[in-house]
Order: sequence, then structure tokens, then C-alpha cells
Amino acid sequence: MFLNFFDELRRAKIPVTIKEHLGFLEAIDAGLAGMSIDDFYYLSRTALVKDERNLDRFDQVFAHVFRGLEYVDEILAAEVPEEWLRALTEKFLTEEEKRQIEAMGGFEKLMETLKKRLEEQKKRHEGGNKWIGTAGTSPFGAQGFNPEGVRIGQDKSRHGKAVKVWDKREYKNLDDSVEIGTRNIKIALRRLRRFAREGAETELDLDDTIRETAHKGYLDIKLRPERHNTIKVLIFFDAGGSMDAYVRLCEELFSAARTEFKHMEYYYFHNCLYEFVWQDNRRRHAERIPTWQVLHTYPSDYKVIFVGDATMSPYELTYPGGSVEHWNEEPGALWLQRVFDIYESAVWLNPVPDKHWEYTPSTALIQQLIGNRMFPLTLGGLDGAMRELNR
Amino acid sequence: MKFEGTKSYVATEDLRVAVNAAITLERPLLVKGEPGTGKTVLAREVADALGTPLIEWHIKSTTKAQQGLYEYDAVSRLRDSQLGDPRVQDIGNYIKRGKLWDAFTHESRPVLLIDEIDKADIEFPNDLLLELDRMEFHVYETGERVQARVRPIVMITSNNEKELPDAFLRRCFFHYIKFPDRETMTEIINVHFEGLKPRLINQALNTFYEVREMPGLKKKPSTSELLDWLKLLMVEDIDPETIREKDPNKLIPPLYGALLKNEQDVTLFERLAFLARRERRGE
Repeated sequence: MFLNFFDELRRAKIPVTIKEHLGFLEAIDAGLAGMSIDDFYYLSRTALVKDERNLDRFDQVFAHVFRGLEYVDEILAAEVPEEWLRALTEKFLTEEEKRQIEAMGGFEKLMETLKKRLEEQKKRHEGGNKWIGTAGTSPFGAQGFNPEGVRIGQDKSRHGKAVKVWDKREYKNLDDSVEIGTRNIKIALRRLRRFAREGAETELDLDDTIRETAHKGYLDIKLRPERHNTIKVLIFFDAGGSMDAYVRLCEELFSAARTEFKHMEYYYFHNCLYEFVWQDNRRRHAERIPTWQVLHTYPSDYKVIFVGDATMSPYELTYPGGSVEHWNEEPGALWLQRVFDIYESAVWLNPVPDKHWEYTPSTALIQQLIGNRMFPLTLGGLDGAMRELNR
Repeated sequence: MKFEGTKSYVATEDLRVAVNAAITLERPLLVKGEPGTGKTVLAREVADALGTPLIEWHIKSTTKAQQGLYEYDAVSRLRDSQLGDPRVQDIGNYIKRGKLWDAFTHESRPVLLIDEIDKADIEFPNDLLLELDRMEFHVYETGERVQARVRPIVMITSNNEKELPDAFLRRCFFHYIKFPDRETMTEIINVHFEGLKPRLINQALNTFYEVREMPGLKKKPSTSELLDWLKLLMVEDIDPETIREKDPNKLIPPLYGALLKNEQDVTLFERLAFLARRERRGE
């Protein structure tokens, strides 16, 4: 049952397992979905999706697999015994409206035509003047303008109907290829943790104390150093003009990284790394630090992260004097190569979405230099980058 | 047993389906959502609605899975043995029951809340897999087997600080409480404050959603903050008109301290107000 749905979900890279699918079937078996489409949608969502980042993709798959399903609701409504409907019309229709129904050939005729149309119609329909759907002028459907119309499946306000929920794709910004926030960045950065005990012995090592005390026959207190994250990170930020659009994103990354890593050093550069970097953007011309000094200061066990859009003229990378700001003796590519030679684990985070990378030659060049270790600055990309650094 | 929301808690349709699925199929329900959307309160309300007791287990960064089952107090047993206390003969005297044990042995079917599971160590959920799946565990010290008489309704909340392991997720139902829209929010306000003037609600909500939608805000105000703010507005007896002051000199909403919790956000707000004022003058 619903194997097609299961397959489609997996194809959309939503991690659904057989166990979850069976749980879902069990829930349907228990009658939890009832006869309502809304409940069916909510139930399948609660049973099959376990991460809010996948909700949007789930909505899309659901809409695709169960296209037209929303009308099951309405067909069910149409199969309500005629007497009930008639009773309803008597209650709610004015004399004038009843006369209009007569104009269609009476109530029976109307119902008959409705049934016929329902059979003919297979797909969801909107507008138009014959088929059953929404906002049309046919006598059948919802929100139409025909006074002879039969309202189908519209006994309550449309607010909160599942059809709307999955069509609206409300969870779009939870998809991990889109949104990023300080908190999320921190979680992604936490992948890059390596705990070790180093430094002064300040913590009581209970296990060792017990062992040693039992061994020696007198109380022998053992201490050990505290656990610390020993990852050391060196970040180079591009502060160039084309990065202005991504200032906020970089700000978030920066503040998250700062609280996450105890050993973090950061430097700014413009467009491409040359012989100088700086730490304070306001005094960038006064307080420049030679890149060599940086490379000599930090040992090779530092992890290097470049943050930049890698968008520049190819000359800036490949020719001496290519820099837009000053005369550089050596090409940018050489400087980058030096960094990559010293630091084994290095990644480049690019705020530009990866689908645009191929259109800028400089991005391709850097991607080549760094050995395909450029990642987009999204949660997914950040995650990949941290895995890469952790290897 | 069916959960339909309570007088003091507005449950949306999707939330109700999720809760009922968890109750009927006896699986844990994992609830996520923005802070302040009522994740923790949900468990309390479910317990109230079903008329069952609530057992709360609040997780901290130092919490171990074992503490939820039981703890063996070896130190007091050692002390008692030195003092010649007869209690020392029975090891069961030194076993302290944890929250899960309480929940498993409860007479009626309780609601067990495991609050903020993401605060604990990354392995924490994995250590609870079997216990939550089979609802039983083994006490090594006494050789006892604790088995759930009735499977408790388990609610787990997470703030997304750590990713939960897949094996754990597979065993849960999942619900993401999305931020309430205007209509739901009005309902929520009506549940909390009876007989509030619709005009006041309307103005307050306008301002509230305006603040939330402001780009660059570090921490968006949430439902609980809105409720606090409304309470303050009522205590101070503020006129609906002043909430939405048209006068550009007073663009910051009154008592904004309840809504904005971050000094950067306050400065941002003030700066925007200042800009708006300058624009008016330029006209």
C-alpha cells in the first residue's frame, strides 16, 4: 500500500525507512486518518518526516503523488444520501434560489449531472465553465459565481485545509539548502570538534582514584586535565566589494564560529589573498600584516577556512599586478597555493549558490586550486565542509 | 483516549493528529519548533486533557540516560556498612528510581515528558532506544526486570541544538510546531485573556507581526513574549491607539522590552525609527 508514495519520497532524498512506512500503515489501519484528507496528510507527515528541513520536500512529493486526491473529499460529500442534501437545501436556500434550481431541471437533474461530471473529470481543475473545480462559473464546485451552483466540499471555511497547506509550501525556508542562522551554523560547526585532555590537571579522575586507592590501600587522589575542544581554526574572510551582498551571512558565520572554536584566528583579504592581510577592516591600510608572517605563525595542524565569493577577474589570480587595489609582485594563485601547501585541511566557503559557480572562471580556477573543496555557504554546504575538515 | 486541545491551549489540526497518532500507536512523539511556541506546555495540556498524571524529566547537559532508569547509591551503602546498619543487606535500599521507572510502574497511563533532549550528550538518545521501544529495562544490581504495565505516552521536545540519531528518529512520530498565523494567534490570545477588546488585540498583533517581519532581527519575539507583552499592556492600561503610534517621534512600541530581548535588536529598531522620522521631515 502506498508503495509509490514511499518510492517517491525516497527518490526525493527524504530518509524514509521501511519501519517508518510500516508504522504509517499501522496508523492508517488504526483508523487515525479517518475519512479526511487533511488528517491523512497530517498523519503521513508526522509518521514519515522526522526533520523539519524535509517538510518542504515532503509537501512537494505529497502534492505530486496524490494529485487530485483533494477531490476524494468532495466525491464523498457528493455521495451523501440525497434526502440529507435536500433537507439541507430546504434549510438554507431561499425561495428564489430554489426556483433557480428548478431552472436547471430540478434537484435530481442537478445531482445527476454532477455525478456524470465527476466521472468524466479526472484531474484537478480551476477556472473554466464546465468542470468541477474552484473559482469557475460551472454550477459545480467551490467559490463559483453560478447561482445554480452546488457547493462541493466547502461546508467550512477553507482556512487550514491541507490542500492549501501543502500547496503553500509553508516549510520552504526550513529546507537546509536555503536558510542559515547563527544557531544553525553553530550546530553545523559542532561537527568540527575534537576533544582531548590537555593542560593543567584540575579535574578529579574518579575511576583512576578508586583503582589506585584499592591498589595501594590508602587514599590516592588522581587528577586529570579538563576536556577541551582542540580544533584550531584559521579563517580568511573576503571583505571585497562584491561580498557586500553577503555581509549578514558572513557576520552570522563569524559570530557562530567565534563562540564555537576556542582557537580561532581570522584575517581579512580583498578578493584574493596576496602578500598582506588585516584584522581590522576600518584600519586595513594602516595595520597590514604580511601573509608570510601569518603562515609562519600558525602550525600546519590549523584548519583553514576561506570565506569569499571567489568572483574576480581571472587576472587577479593568475598574473602579477592583477590586483584591483595595489601592485602585487606575485599572482594570487601562488599565494593560495602556498596556503594549501602548508595546511592540509582547507576548505573554501562560497556564499554564492553553487549552481552559479560555473559561470565565473575565477571560481572554477580556485575550485581547481583547492581540489574541489569549495562548498556553498548553506547548512548543507557547511556540513560537508566540516566533514571535509574533520577527515 | 483522544486529545482535542484544552481550554487553555489551542491545538491546531495537524498537532491533534500527531498527538493522537502517538497516543494510539504508543510511540514517542518528538516535538520541535521555534522557542516559545508551546512545546513543553503541550505535554502538560495533554496530561490535563486526558486526566492522567504528568511525569517531567528535564534534561541538562550532564544528564545521563541511566539516571532516567535508576541510580545505585554506592556511597551511602558503603557508609551504612561501616556503621553496621542492617539496611545494607538489601541492595534494593540503595537503588533510586528514575523518571522512566516511575512512568513504567504508574498505575494509570501517565504522560512522560522528556524535555529538551538535545541538551544532553550526543549519545543520550541512543542509550534510550531499547527502553523507549520495548518500555522495559534491567536492573543489574538486583537482577530485577522493570516492565511497563501500560505504555506511557512519551513526549519529547527538542530545540535543535544537536541532531538526533536516525535510529532514534525512526522510532518516534515527529511534529514541527510552526509559528501560529494571525487567526490561530487571535485564538491563543482569547484563550489566555478573556474579554480583551478586539481592537486592542488587532493593534497589538499588527505591531507584533511587524516586529517579527523586520529584516535583520537577531531574535524574533515568540508567542510567549507576545502574551507577556499583552499582560504588561493590560496592567499599564495602555490605549490601543498608542500601540500603533502614527506619530513618528514614538515609533518604538510601548514596553518593547517584553518583545525585544537583545540590545542589538533594540538599537536596530531605534535606528529604523530614526530613519523613518527623518524621512517624514524630508517630505
